[in-house]
Amino acid sequence: MESLILLLVGVLVAVATYLILSKQLLRVILGTAVLSHAAHLLILTMGGLKKGDVPLIGESAGPYTDALPQALILTAIVISFAVTAFVLVLGYRAYKTNGTGEFDELRGTSDE
Amino acid sequence: MSNIIVLPLIVPVITAILLVFLRQNIMIQRILSLCTLGFVIFISVVLLLEVQQQGVMRIDFSGWIPPFGILFVADSFAVLLVFVANIVAAICVVYAFFTIGEHYEKMYFYPFVLLMVAGVNGSFLTGDIFNLFVCFEVMLLASYALISLGGGKVQLREALKYVLINIVASWIFLVALAFLYGTIGTLNMAHISLRVMEAGADPLITTVGLVFLIVFSLKAGLLLFFWLPGSYRVPPTAIAALFAALLTKVGIYALVRTFTLLFTTNSEVTHTTLGIMAGLTILAGCMGALAGRDVRTIASYNILIGVGFIVAGLAIGTESALQGVTYYLMHDMVVKAMLFLAVGMMIYVTGETLIDNMSGLIRNYPFFGWLFFIMMCSIAGIPPLSGFLGKVLIGQGAIEGGNFVLLGLGFLSSLIVLYSLLRIFLSSFFGETILSIEDEKPLPKRIVLPLTLLSICTIALGIGAESMAPYVKDAAETLHTPSIYIDAVLNGEKWQGEVNK
Repeated sequence: MESLILLLVGVLVAVATYLILSKQLLRVILGTAVLSHAAHLLILTMGGLKKGDVPLIGESAGPYTDALPQALILTAIVISFAVTAFVLVLGYRAYKTNGTGEFDELRGTSDE
Repeated sequence: MSNIIVLPLIVPVITAILLVFLRQNIMIQRILSLCTLGFVIFISVVLLLEVQQQGVMRIDFSGWIPPFGILFVADSFAVLLVFVANIVAAICVVYAFFTIGEHYEKMYFYPFVLLMVAGVNGSFLTGDIFNLFVCFEVMLLASYALISLGGGKVQLREALKYVLINIVASWIFLVALAFLYGTIGTLNMAHISLRVMEAGADPLITTVGLVFLIVFSLKAGLLLFFWLPGSYRVPPTAIAALFAALLTKVGIYALVRTFTLLFTTNSEVTHTTLGIMAGLTILAGCMGALAGRDVRTIASYNILIGVGFIVAGLAIGTESALQGVTYYLMHDMVVKAMLFLAVGMMIYVTGETLIDNMSGLIRNYPFFGWLFFIMMCSIAGIPPLSGFLGKVLIGQGAIEGGNFVLLGLGFLSSLIVLYSLLRIFLSSFFGETILSIEDEKPLPKRIVLPLTLLSICTIALGIGAESMAPYVKDAAETLHTPSIYIDAVLNGEKWQGEVNK
């Protein structure tokens, strides 16, 4: 099961890399969103997928599943949600102000 | 008593939230944010004295005994950095009072600054590596908002690049954390250190260490600095000075922690890589500083030289080098804020950014000119100013450790730094005056005040180095001997048992 999920992580990273390397602002932003999902899945897999019972003493005799990766992912998801929201707004403002969403034209000149 | 460790994080956050509701009351916002920073400075002094008495202190949140819960750890190194960082932040905020303008102040400038400071303090104090990631993100999100505040054309464009680079860097951080958790199975820094020591020079662990190196290098501007000169020149002076003083230093702090506490077992690979990266950063920074004609570009590349120099000290890694790193980090925060404030003021009074177009400023603004001179001497490391002792100690460490290449590069870079700033000084401050008395923009005392305060800081840090020595020595000792830190976090016997088992 772990290998399958890791393959999925690989696919997500590949998709994200493709998107980030493109020249359109919106694609790059979507790429970073996909990238963060890949990282979350990776953390989940690294902690080991479901191996035991609910980690509550008294509910079951164990062995227990490691609950920590889920706590980590929850935090990371919230952060990446906030960052993605911010960067979408920033991208929109940059598009409005600069009049373009192409990175070629957002490069800037050397004499500024 | 150890509860006060959390105050440098929690107080700025609470004030920031409060200030959001006081949007229209600029005066109250100013007073409250300055009071908050003052309070944190006070707390860090108390903590520093307490750490000398009790040794490394910690607070376990919700009473979860380490390694299970999140905790904050205060050792001399972290507390010293919190102390200096908040002084510099307070001075930059004072500069912002007089220069930043009402539209910034009403657009939540102060809450963002406080949140950023909270993130910085949290990163210094945390003892849990995932919590370090969270504090980094708190700091970065606030910095994203600060860099794009104002919404100019160039500003938004550069902000976008800054944000995207940092998102990718944070992603690498998460991946590194995932690998670390997969191999070591813990996130408490002391516990990681212990497990790594048990595992010895395991190639997998070294790889994880190198992934962390990439992350923190991106944040600190060590070799992977391509984003830095572009983005540090767009925000207003007060914000740029805050960034220059704090953000890269947090990256350096993380590097120091990672490679003195966590990944110490395979230092041939990790510390050699650090040394090479430091050397290349110094070289690249020197080239940029020499080639630049824009004062902001020269200032940005000077940050990089500083970063390279500090990391060179880390790569050398002897105890005196680590003392030097501690001194130099504190010094660097102060002088880089000075440099950016001075550069911003030069642009403000002349309306020009190229050094060729400015001339004779010292006749119009003699006091400002001499402040620039003090700053220049301090950055170059001329005694009795603050840069001197750090350079001497890192140099001493390099000789002890036999790293003569880094020694040579580090000291040559001082000359280049001096030359690059002397070039600004000669062409912009000396020479024919271009501003006639009528054109002269007034530079009121209150705008020069922050720069004066920072000069006092650098002089005090240089002359008072002797009185700082016990704290710096303690900091370096804790960095050099990880077992002090581990003992304090994991309560002595318990972990000794784990090693024997």
